This record gives sequence, structure tokens and C-alpha cells, in this order.
Amino acid sequence: MAALRDRLLSPYQHGSSPVHRLPAALKFAAALACIVLIVLLPRGAWLAHGMIATGLATIALVAGSNLRQLAIRLLLLEPFVISVALLALLRPGGWPLFLSIMAKSTLCLAAMVLLTATTRFSDLLGVLWRARVPALLVTTLALMYRYLFVLVEEMERMRRARRSRTFTAGRGTVWRGSAQVAGQLFVRTSERAERVYLAMCARGWKS
Amino acid sequence: MHIPDGFLDLRTAATAAALAVAGLAYALRDVKRSLPPRRVPLIGLAAAFVFAAQMLNFPVAAGTSGHLIGAALASVLLGPGAAVVAMTAVLVLQALMFADGGITALGANVLNMAVVAPAVAFGVFAALRRLLGRSLRATLLAAGFAAWCSIVAAAVACAAQLAASGIVDWGTVLPAMAGVHMVIGLGEAVITMLILAVVLRARPELLDEVGRVPGTAGVTAAYGLMASVALVAFVAPLASSRPDGLEYVAERFGFAGFATVAAEPPLADYSVAALASQSPWLSTAVAGGIGTLIAFGVAWLVARALTTAGQSAAPHR
Repeated sequence: MAALRDRLLSPYQHGSSPVHRLPAALKFAAALACIVLIVLLPRGAWLAHGMIATGLATIALVAGSNLRQLAIRLLLLEPFVISVALLALLRPGGWPLFLSIMAKSTLCLAAMVLLTATTRFSDLLGVLWRARVPALLVTTLALMYRYLFVLVEEMERMRRARRSRTFTAGRGTVWRGSAQVAGQLFVRTSERAERVYLAMCARGWKS
Repeated sequence: MHIPDGFLDLRTAATAAALAVAGLAYALRDVKRSLPPRRVPLIGLAAAFVFAAQMLNFPVAAGTSGHLIGAALASVLLGPGAAVVAMTAVLVLQALMFADGGITALGANVLNMAVVAPAVAFGVFAALRRLLGRSLRATLLAAGFAAWCSIVAAAVACAAQLAASGIVDWGTVLPAMAGVHMVIGLGEAVITMLILAVVLRARPELLDEVGRVPGTAGVTAAYGLMASVALVAFVAPLASSRPDGLEYVAERFGFAGFATVAAEPPLADYSVAALASQSPWLSTAVAGGIGTLIAFGVAWLVARALTTAGQSAAPHR
């Protein structure tokens, strides 16, 4: 479970390939264009799908990515796609639609997984900032990214502490226990936010 | 409920994105005007909190487990504008960093889970609290029911977008999505109430700060309007493009009956069996009404179980 969480939380694979060195804005725009192209492709244009897949695989090889990790991330995301795609099977004759949706979604996922494996999230935030996304939203995203790992670790500590002191694990206990952890985490989060605000003010931040 | 890339056609995706941007812009303006700067960092940290809390498992049965979605909890604890911004941040981060939810579908996902869900939750919460008072029990009941409503509203919006893209039939997807999420929403309601009870016991003044934001009635109306527009924009064209042809209904439900039973809920089953012959919209409405009553009852029972009579959410009020 912990390993799975690690994998979810660190999509970036450090490297110094030409792909890593490209400007983040360019990579972001390319990924976006690629995804829009995939979405726009007519259903059943399998040759074009294949070409895009080959292109993405080439980029992954040039970037020297850990292909196994990329595949694992992709597989972890597949269940979400399948669960929505299954709705298409509720239509009479939905199989071709199902297959083409699966292909499109998987390709789009692959493009995003590749982008996040070769680009730091902070660089992507810089792109959003320069694209004049409202400052409040970018600030929120930056703070969220900064404290995400802190809060997840804090939550893990609280859960570990609780588990080591609780002997029975009935369903009711688990629900109350998890709620207790989440509630306390919010209290601690709001206290931390006050300290963060004071620290930001001390460094000259103005809203 | 995250829609991946490749499901929505561009027209639907663009409409949803435009509505999402409008909702987000209003929320950002609202936050800038009414939120004290002291609470701005809290939005970012609360977004991280929602993300972390979504990782907590709540076992249901036979190895399956649910988790919090958090729109209603954020709405209650932060106020509506801040909740919209925080939930948007959660969805953007999920899409950009974890490829959870598509980029072209980001507008639709933000609309469903970061605009409609918190707006509906806040509207229901504010209205119920006005009706029921501000005791701890009433607050918890209002929050729980608001959480259930937010999940169902987001599911209906999601179903409407999928149907508008021609992926699924409206007559099939609405009962399936709404039915499943009426059950999921019960979990969300209970989790939200459990967490809120912990927070309010530890720091009751946290809710006060939200309540003190000026102009609450007008703001409530504005967010209610926002959610309605977002829902109606997709649902209305679909509803009107399906005339009440009996033949159409019979043909459709001959198939849909099978699909909804397989998908889950007893209510959808009941509605199909008893009322489909008359009008699918009536049957859906009846099933929805029964589901709503059950949800309210569950929220009431949990609120009772979590409190003793006469406790106040804010002792120093």
C-alpha cells in the first residue's frame, strides 16, 4: 500500500535527456495538442492511433524513462477509464464504441503520464503563471503542491499512532477512526495555515 | 466520477469548460472581496487536506471501500467561494500530475465536482441551517444532507455531459448514474458528518468564521443560481429532445431495465417495473424523491447518534 502511494505521489522521473531539457511550456503545449488531436480523431482511425502510440513510445525511449514505472502508472489509471467506458456498452452495438474510447483514453493518459514523468510540477505551475491564470488559483495550487506531501505524511503518522493503540478493527471502529484522523488533520491544517500566513507576511507577501 | 479524455465531444467539453470558468471566476471574485487575507493560505492547505483525506479508506463490504470526495466538507468548513477554488485546485493537480481525469475533460470535471457540488452543498447547507437552527445536531444534519445532494447533483451533471456527447443514452445513464451515486452519496454524507463532528468538537470557532462572511443570503442565491445554470444547460436540451413517445420509452426500457438492475439500485428497478409504462420522467422523479427521503433520514439518524440534545455548534454565540 505504501509503495503504491509512493508511486502515485511521485510521477516525476529525474533525468537529463533532451526531453527533460525542453522548456516546460513547449512540452505542455505539445501534450495538449497531442491530446486534442487524439480526441478529434474519428472513431476507428486505427492507423493514426498506432502512429501516435509509436510517437509517444519513441519520446519515452529518448527520454530514457523507466518504462516499467510508466506502464504501472498507466495500468493504475486504467480502472477509472474502464469504469466509465463500460457505460458505452449499455448501448446496443456498443463494442466498437467501447474499443475506440478505450484506445483514445489510453493514448491521452499515456501522453499525460509522459509529460509528468519528464516535467516537474513546479515548472508546469510556472507555465500557468505566465499564461496569466488568476494569481489566487496559482497560489492555491502552489501551496497545495507544497503541503500535499507534508499533510499526507502527517496523516500517515496519525494513522500509525492510532493503529498501534487500537486492538480491534471492526468496521465501525475503522470508520470512526478514519474520521477522527481526518478531522484532527483538518484542525492541524488550519493551525498550520495560520503559521504559513504569518511566515508569508514576514517575507513580504501581499494578497 | 472523473471523466477521462476521449469521452466528451468538443462541443460538450467547450460548453462545460466555459461554464466552469464562469463559476470559478465568480468564486475567485467572491473570495477576493469577502475573505480576509489571513485565510487565503488556508485555501491551498485545505486543498491539500482534501487530497490527503481522499486517500483514507472507509471499508463498506466484501473488500470494497469508499472514500471522501470532500466538496461538501470544504464548502461547510471554508465557505462556498473558497471551496470552489480549493476543489478546482484538487482537480487541476489530479489532472496535471496524476493524469486522473482528462485534460480536455478538465472543464467538465471542474464543473461537476468543483462548481456544482460545492455550490449545491452550500445552498442546501445554508437553507437547512436557516430552517433548523444552529445547534450541533442541526449543523451535522444539514452538512450530511448537503453532502448527499452534492454527490447526486454532480453525478447528474456528469451523466448529462456523457449523454450530450453521444457516448450513452440519456434514458439509460441517468437512472444508472443517479441510482449508484444515491448510494455512494450516503457514504459521503456519513463520512462528512463524522469528520465535521470531530472538527466542531475540537475547534467550534472554525465554522463561525465562515458564518461571519457578510451578505450570506445574496451569496447563497448566487451560488444556487450558478449550480442551476450548470445543471440546466446540459439537462434541459436532453430532456426536451426526448418527447414522451410511449413507443420510444417501451423500446428503450426493454433494454434499460436490464442495464439498471445490473448496475445496482432497488429503486431504479422498482421505478422501471411499476411506472415506466406511464412516464419515465415521473418514475425517475418518484425514485429520486424516495431516495432523497432515505438520505435525509440517514443524515438525521447519524446526527442524532453523534450528538446529545441541546448541544450548540458554537457555545459562545
